[in-house]
Amino acid sequence: MTQTATRPETPDAASTKSRLVVVGNGMSGARALEEILARGGGEQFAVTVFGDEPYGNYNRILLSEVLAGAAGEAVDNEDSDDLYLNPLDWYDENGITLHAGVRIVRIDRHAKVVLGDDGSVTPYDVLVLATGSRSFFPPMEGMWASDTELTPGVFGFRSLDDAQAMLAHVEQHRTAVVIGGGLLGLEAAAGLQAHGVAVHVVHPTEVLMNQQLEAEASKVLRSKLEQMGMHLHLGVKTNEILTADGRVSGVRFTDGSDLACDMVVVTAGIRPNIGLAMVSGLETQRAIVVDDKMRSVDDDAIFVVGECAQHRGEVYGVVGPLWEQAAVLADVVTGADPDAEYHGSRLATKLKVAGVDVAQMGVKAPERASDEFVQFSETGRGVYQTVVIRDGTLIGATLVGDVSKVAALTQAFDSRSALPEERVKLLFDLGSAGDASAAADLPDDTQICNCNGVSKGDLVACVEHGAESVSACMAQTRAGKGCGSCKGLVKEVVEAALGGAGVEDPADSYYVPGIPLDKPTLMREIRTRELKSVSSVFAALAPEGKEHVGSKMGLTALLRMMWPDDVVDERDGRFINDRVHANIQRDGTFSVVPRMSGGVTDAAQLRRIADVAEKHDIPMIKLTGGQRIDLLGVPKEKLPEVWADLDMPSGWAYGKSFRTVKTCVGTDFCRFGLGDSTRLGIDLEERYKGIEGPAKMKLAVSGCPRNCAESMVKDVGLVAVEGGKWQIYVGGAAGATIRQGDVLATVDTHEEAMTITGRFLQYYRENANWLERTYDFVPRMGLDHIIAVVVDDTEGIAAELDARMQASVDRYVDPWAADQTEATPGQFHDALPLVPLPQVPVREGSSR
Amino acid sequence: MSTDAQPAVEARLGPVDQIPLGEGRAFLVGDEPVAVFRPRSGGLHALRAICPHRGGPLADGLVDGEVVMCPLHNHQFSLADGTCATGADDVTAYAATEEDGELVVRLH
Ligand code: SRM
Ligand SMILES: Cc1cc2nc3c(=O)[nH]c(=O)nc-3n(C[C@H](O)[C@H](O)[C@H](O)COP(=O)(O)OP(=O)(O)OC[C@H]3O[C@@H](n4cnc5c(N)ncnc54)[C@H](O)[C@@H]3O)c2cc1C
Ligand code: SF4
Ligand code: FES
Repeated sequence: MTQTATRPETPDAASTKSRLVVVGNGMSGARALEEILARGGGEQFAVTVFGDEPYGNYNRILLSEVLAGAAGEAVDNEDSDDLYLNPLDWYDENGITLHAGVRIVRIDRHAKVVLGDDGSVTPYDVLVLATGSRSFFPPMEGMWASDTELTPGVFGFRSLDDAQAMLAHVEQHRTAVVIGGGLLGLEAAAGLQAHGVAVHVVHPTEVLMNQQLEAEASKVLRSKLEQMGMHLHLGVKTNEILTADGRVSGVRFTDGSDLACDMVVVTAGIRPNIGLAMVSGLETQRAIVVDDKMRSVDDDAIFVVGECAQHRGEVYGVVGPLWEQAAVLADVVTGADPDAEYHGSRLATKLKVAGVDVAQMGVKAPERASDEFVQFSETGRGVYQTVVIRDGTLIGATLVGDVSKVAALTQAFDSRSALPEERVKLLFDLGSAGDASAAADLPDDTQICNCNGVSKGDLVACVEHGAESVSACMAQTRAGKGCGSCKGLVKEVVEAALGGAGVEDPADSYYVPGIPLDKPTLMREIRTRELKSVSSVFAALAPEGKEHVGSKMGLTALLRMMWPDDVVDERDGRFINDRVHANIQRDGTFSVVPRMSGGVTDAAQLRRIADVAEKHDIPMIKLTGGQRIDLLGVPKEKLPEVWADLDMPSGWAYGKSFRTVKTCVGTDFCRFGLGDSTRLGIDLEERYKGIEGPAKMKLAVSGCPRNCAESMVKDVGLVAVEGGKWQIYVGGAAGATIRQGDVLATVDTHEEAMTITGRFLQYYRENANWLERTYDFVPRMGLDHIIAVVVDDTEGIAAELDARMQASVDRYVDPWAADQTEATPGQFHDALPLVPLPQVPVREGSSR
Repeated sequence: MSTDAQPAVEARLGPVDQIPLGEGRAFLVGDEPVAVFRPRSGGLHALRAICPHRGGPLADGLVDGEVVMCPLHNHQFSLADGTCATGADDVTAYAATEEDGELVVRLH
């Protein structure tokens, strides 16, 4: 479903288009819009969207992660690809008028207008209602502070605001009660636990997640959750929320007992938002009643989609069915297929509940005496699996703890295909090869990733277009980037499409994807054939001598390391950052970070930076996490001038290279200092500055084990210890991955610390895969092996490593000084002529 | 693009070698920002200079014989016809030729 609709270049006279209004900017409203646009609806309709949440459209499913803190960054960053499905500029780009934060309070169906709570009156020709659901708060003493406000400390769990309010609350509060042990409740509980809060889940029956699971499956889940330290109160009801000083202080159960807590999360179900439809005279029962065209049964101009729609008696609460509804709605609304009909969805759910994989489809348990029931449980491992078969077809399956068979089962369930005679084979014996072929057999339109609506066909197309790895396919389609529960299946599908019936993908071992050689072989070939330019490597070693765009950076880095003296500098082999020695930003401008070795500066330097910032109207000056100063928002053509005015060396904040050495104040000033961390940090940075490698290298030196420079989580981190010694840690990280570094060596002197650091870095440069940080490299090679080679010199190569590092150090030239005049024609020409800059919001002063 | 009514715009943009081999450079042709690429394998290709994904500068991207990779999020676009193989919208492709050592771009 490629979107071929061209964007309107100018806002057309609205009168020529009919008016489409969407109420509700949640997952199904936005999905319906995407489907409509994909069918050329952008040409047909002037689109207006109302959403009463003040955001673009986000992935509600990820709120569990937001709460757990994993996606905390995603919340702050409106550019986040992860949380936001369609950020605000998507609406602009597609010519859609979005009123975020406006609630529609009534539809005047005769006048065909919707009335907003901001007093607005908006006419429509076609109206789509996608108002979703809200949390249900059972009537209970103590729940509400006023008619509209919950008692402070009581939360629902439905919106981004809910999640953020909880996040703010957990900072000071320690004990939470979650009312309702369904999917949402368990997600909330796990999220809160991640913040160190003691969590009690109260659920009225003995069966957790009783909507999806039967008793046995639920028991397995239950013991897993208890192992994780969750307190479960099953078969009890909450009667009252206790308060003190107007805030939550506990809950009281129906048996009269109390439980003290300082926060209550109510996840006792959801209710479709149908108030608007009711006051506007549309037929509502549990939700708004629609026909097979997703149209209100009362009004041909009004369509309904999502959790607020009731179709053939069903109201759905997971996204899979909503995607199908949205497609039908779009077919009908745009006329792409006026006869399209929705016939309901068979529910197959894959979820991760508090870290436990759960998959459920069809019925939970046998319903007739003749139904076959295959059951397997391995409580030790927390695995429970069942299938229900009727008349030879699979009508239900439940998998807890191990969902590796979900692909095969989904296929059997969807296609009602013949089952193996020996039913147990449904759960076992399919082996990995069987799995891959099962994935290969899935029909193309099988939805693999429910969060982002990615089908098997989308993934296969990705592979056919050249994606060579699971992660490439995931990056391109966003599959697996929602709740993550489908990652295993994505992997199976992609691997099958890559042609491996369970076979290891040899491409995984290539240094770069475009050249079918691992790093040692590639280096050997390059050395013996004396290949000194990227183009010559492609010509000699790539299949058919073809260049490959995704391999150029990696080869450039490798050649620059291997031939420090006489590498042929082909600028087209470099990423833009390395062509202009600055970091490209979202609006095409660049950031400039001068080197400040060891994070130490002086008044003159600061004054110069200030002058440059003023002279060039630098939009933002920021202290970085690497202890230096970043000048952000510099247009490309101004870079040489800014460098010249700064007259400072490059900090290499843009390259796959040696970055910074963070230091603490050490013996010079600190009362605990055991070693001169500042001096060592500066010396390390001056010596190894800008050395390129397979990935970034970030270092730190701390003056004592209090570790103020965070040495344990650096690629190389040094810590002064008693007796004037330095402990050297390697392979630490605290970015996308957190890993405590391993002790490589404890050395006696400053000089030894310098040498061992350089030797380790050289060994890493020569042996790590492209983009492999030390946090992956060290465990892959094994610490003992690295110690043997780098410290004990068991392979007798220490002197060579040192010499090769020395050669790189000797050949170092500062790129800012070297490229003051153009190295290639138009090196600093603007790549977006006449596009207004900056598109990045500029922050005032120090307000964040 | 709704430029059907207008005559095709053609621009002579000066010597071809202002684009280094294997790289791209951006030009303004009429009102249209155009990125012109000169892959090592030969030929000239022109695409709208602005990435349809999030507005990235395509002229700053890495290229091989077939595609340009946007520097912001690595979406790849065919140099020949602008189609995106990685899931973003396609980008408009234009004709670029060399005439007497000069770079000529036509919008249609
Ligand atoms: C400027 C800075 C943030 C700040 O305002 O403080 C920063 C900014 C960026 N970081 Fe960072 N990182 C900065 C410190 C860090 C740190 C902390 C540190 O260095 O002490 C980390 C954690 C340590 C680490 O590297 O693991 C960090 C972990 C990352 C990562 C995750 C790497 C990983 O594998 O874990 C990325 C993404 C990547 O490398 O692919 C990243 C990528 C980026 C990029 C380069 C994104 C990009 O590719 O364009 C950001 C550039 C923004 C821009 O437009 O200039 N940045 N980044 C910091 C610059 C430090 C400096 O002076 O050089
Ligand atoms: C924490 C959490 C985890 C989940 N996990 C999963 C999962 O793993 N898998 C899965 O399939 N599903 C999951 N779901 C369910 C899924 O998010 C919903 O099924 C889906 O969001 C429903 O989409 P919708 O568009 O119908 O409703 P919503 O996404 O709720 O959107 C409705 C929007 O309309 C707005 N609105 C309502 N009334 C008006 C009005 N009168 N005027 C203007 N705007 C209005 C609302 O504010 C809201 O923004 C989860 C839900 C939550 C909360
Ligand atoms: S690491 Fe040690 S020397 Fe450095 S500031 Fe902390 S306490 Fe002082
Ligand atoms: S802007 Fe080009 S890939 Fe995102």
